[in-house]
Amino acid sequence: MGHTLIEKIIGKKVGHEVKPGDIVTVDVDWCMIDDIMAPFAVQKFHEMGFSKVYNPDKIVLIYDHFLPATQVDDSRHFRVADEFAEKYGIKSVHRTDGICHQLMTEAGYVKPGDIAFGTDSHTVTYGCVGAFSTGIGYTEMAGILGTGQLWIKVPETIKVEIDGTLSGNVTSKDIILRIIGDLTASGATYQAIEFTGSTVDSMSVASRMTMSNMSVEAGAKCGLFAPDEKTCDYCRIPYDDEMKALRGDDNATYSKVLQYRAEDFVPVCACPSLVDNIKPVSELKGTKVNQVFLGSCTNGRLEDLRTAATILKGKHVADYVKLIVTPASRKIYREALADGTLGILSDAGAIITTPGCGLCCGRGGGILSDDEVVVATNNRNFLGRMGTSKVKIYLASPATAAATAIAGEITEA
Amino acid sequence: MFEAKIWKLGDDIDTDIILPTEYLAFDTVEKMKPYAFSPLRQDLAGMIKPGDMIVAGNNFGCGSSREQAPEVVKALGVSCIVAKSFARIFFRNAINNGLLLIEQPDLYDNVKEGEVAKVEPGKEIIVNGKSYEIANLPENLMEILDAGGLVKAMRKRNGLD
Amino acid sequence: MGMTMAEKIIAAAAGVESCKAGDIETVTIDKLMSNDGTTHLTIDMYNNLKNPHIADTSKLVWIIDHNIPADSPKTAASHKKMRDFAKEHGITFYEGEGVCHQVMMEKHVRPGELIFGADSHTCAYGALGAFGTGVGCTDYLYGMVTGTSWLLVPETIRFNLHGKLNKGVYARDLILTIIGRISANGANYKAMEFAGEGLHELSIADRISICNLCVEAGAKTALMEVDDVALEYLEAHGRQPKALYKSDEDAVFSEVFDIDLSEIQPIVAKPHFVDNVVPAKECEGVKIDEAFLGSCNNGRIEDLRVGAQVIKGKHVADKVRFLVVPASRDVYKQALEEGLLDIFMEAGAMVMNPNCSVCWGACQGVIGEGETLISTGTRNFKGRAGHKDSFVYLASAATVTASAIRGCITVAEDL
Repeated sequence: MGHTLIEKIIGKKVGHEVKPGDIVTVDVDWCMIDDIMAPFAVQKFHEMGFSKVYNPDKIVLIYDHFLPATQVDDSRHFRVADEFAEKYGIKSVHRTDGICHQLMTEAGYVKPGDIAFGTDSHTVTYGCVGAFSTGIGYTEMAGILGTGQLWIKVPETIKVEIDGTLSGNVTSKDIILRIIGDLTASGATYQAIEFTGSTVDSMSVASRMTMSNMSVEAGAKCGLFAPDEKTCDYCRIPYDDEMKALRGDDNATYSKVLQYRAEDFVPVCACPSLVDNIKPVSELKGTKVNQVFLGSCTNGRLEDLRTAATILKGKHVADYVKLIVTPASRKIYREALADGTLGILSDAGAIITTPGCGLCCGRGGGILSDDEVVVATNNRNFLGRMGTSKVKIYLASPATAAATAIAGEITEA
Repeated sequence: MFEAKIWKLGDDIDTDIILPTEYLAFDTVEKMKPYAFSPLRQDLAGMIKPGDMIVAGNNFGCGSSREQAPEVVKALGVSCIVAKSFARIFFRNAINNGLLLIEQPDLYDNVKEGEVAKVEPGKEIIVNGKSYEIANLPENLMEILDAGGLVKAMRKRNGLD
Repeated sequence: MGMTMAEKIIAAAAGVESCKAGDIETVTIDKLMSNDGTTHLTIDMYNNLKNPHIADTSKLVWIIDHNIPADSPKTAASHKKMRDFAKEHGITFYEGEGVCHQVMMEKHVRPGELIFGADSHTCAYGALGAFGTGVGCTDYLYGMVTGTSWLLVPETIRFNLHGKLNKGVYARDLILTIIGRISANGANYKAMEFAGEGLHELSIADRISICNLCVEAGAKTALMEVDDVALEYLEAHGRQPKALYKSDEDAVFSEVFDIDLSEIQPIVAKPHFVDNVVPAKECEGVKIDEAFLGSCNNGRIEDLRVGAQVIKGKHVADKVRFLVVPASRDVYKQALEEGLLDIFMEAGAMVMNPNCSVCWGACQGVIGEGETLISTGTRNFKGRAGHKDSFVYLASAATVTASAIRGCITVAEDL
């Protein structure tokens, strides 16, 4: 009997075969704690009565939601986390380097087959390299910090097969939005999603990241890609037999299989105020926008900025419309400086902010007012996420976002 | 067995509705309380009385992993949330904070806000004389709930309580 | 009897032959700048007028710079009000293009003009020989509706600059020294005029930095004679002077200071007053949590070059947040092309979009309880940069950058 990718990852970790529904306790490879949740995790850790962390080298603290700080109490979070890191010997602290989910793979922590938990729901992102990662609350994080372990229920897996070649203005963002629309916002709850097929094989790791990242918007526990040579290059590890074996077996049991032809995807938006309210961009044409946001752990990577720059080169953002660009990490910012991308975006009138969560977390970076409309490349369009509950948020790809910024209304690239 | 007044919310009640990001950094849950559910119903937090219950549709708690969400609901004194389904991170977080969650497919479509329910955990909910069957949680979760949440369970493990 | 530069500009604006300090004149205003700090309030008042009317729309320049990108629904709402009004009335409007005074210098200010700005640091425009002064929204609204205002002609304090600043000493050190000498209200209601051969040695960036901070001595305006350096700057930015004025030989000054630039040393203004100045060396070792290089005072390309030179190949201290905020899009682009932005990013600084940042104490990089900031911003008042119980030291770009590297206040030459 074959196994899905998640069953293999968990099985290897616990040393025996597992099947969906099994409740097992796993040793945790990586703990990621972001700045919002750090003080709460620290407090729970102490309430639980622990006197040391299970392994300081496996804990990564990342400040990203509150950077730059917009409220006077924000720096308390940095201070509490710094003190915790110092007291317990945690060396991996990223204070101004970018968004946590970008850094966890980019900075070389999470590798294929690892198990990682983070205090943020988009921890699912690391599925892009074939790691099992998912978001948890700060109380569970405190428990892991002390014990190095967490109980999990082995999830069923939904297999998503995509074959063929995408048309020029369609990106992995359009794919994952379509899939969420088809599954609904709760369609993958408690389950793993495994992405396969020739379209996926030819995608960059960055594009896969976008899809893993948004798996949680369908309720999924994780969204996985089997590691390939590109993955291993990115993770700076050899593509050996162990890596090659990290994939769902042909005879594995899936709770559901969704099959798509790449040619059938079109640019789409998630319309206000649900992530599964998906419509083709062509049907939304003419919707006036006040602001466009390009960034976040979903779509703030170099290829996203480059896609936008290609469209914006020699053009300008529409009058009275703002384009806010927030690169996902310091590394990406520097790469985009070096290759001229940021220069092009600035010439086009973009407001380029320092790397961080920016507008996506709703605490700065371009908050909006009543009845304003924003097209954003991030992952959530919940009511009130970017300002008042009367703000309308459309989620879209970087290509759609760039074309929309130029036109001042929702437009296909 | 307890009785509780029902507050009725819809489908996909996300974590940003339960507690917007703006208020996540307050250092105590007490300070967060007035802002619970504010994007959806500004006055709701002030109207919920200790012991009341929430009844909702599908996918309650979807979105962020912010544990402030179940904590603030618990702090409002909500006795339990009954929904058609829960998002998984919220589910774990609620249990870890000793907040009772009950999955029940039919209740939502048959009750009105303000009605009173009789809840017998693991057995049934009765509203307007009609009984709705409910299941028990898995054993490992019941252990956490019975301990009063994960912090207390860990304190026990660490020989403190 | 001779006239000062300030008297000449006001006389011209009032359409009179001459005027003298103490006179009250009704003047025609050349330009009216307003930013997102207060424009929403001006609009509210405007809408309550019986007969709302704008005298000359082409004289208005509105700039969103303080809270961009917006950090709260409240700010977003005031931005929207401003944007919608500007659009409806065809007012020149900038959003996210830079700090208002820098945008004004790059695109609007002309020698000889009389400019009102709804921001205290409007006195910066004296660097190009324009009479810029800060006003509140009521005065602004009156100017907007009538195109005029009344002005009390100020007395002038004259500063004759001699010699050259030493290496490692900057315009910021000079103006802090001057404010320390005459105190935070030493120039109340007065104009501060700078002249002398030492002035010609200073770049436009230096001059803006000096004039900008004169309000911290209470000055109504700051003025500098327009020389070739200023004319070249104007020409490079595609503008011509309205008129060139300088004080007559026999003009009456309330006070005259002769300042030898070579005697100026690196200076720090300690919390919580701009005139609380000491030699920077006396503050060495004070631990900092955040450093800020930017603002209308020191966010120009020249300042970024100074910072980049200090930090190149080095790294920001652990736990210190170093905010680098170019003052405008032009500065950002220039710094990008010169490789300065990458030097800062490589060193661990946070390069931000052009705006007022922590100088304004809202929106970006606010500091928390008990924290200390060293800043090239304009003010170090209590609570200015965030929490009421926090501390701000003002210093030059070089001192700020050196401090970011060490994690404590440090003079660049001591690195």
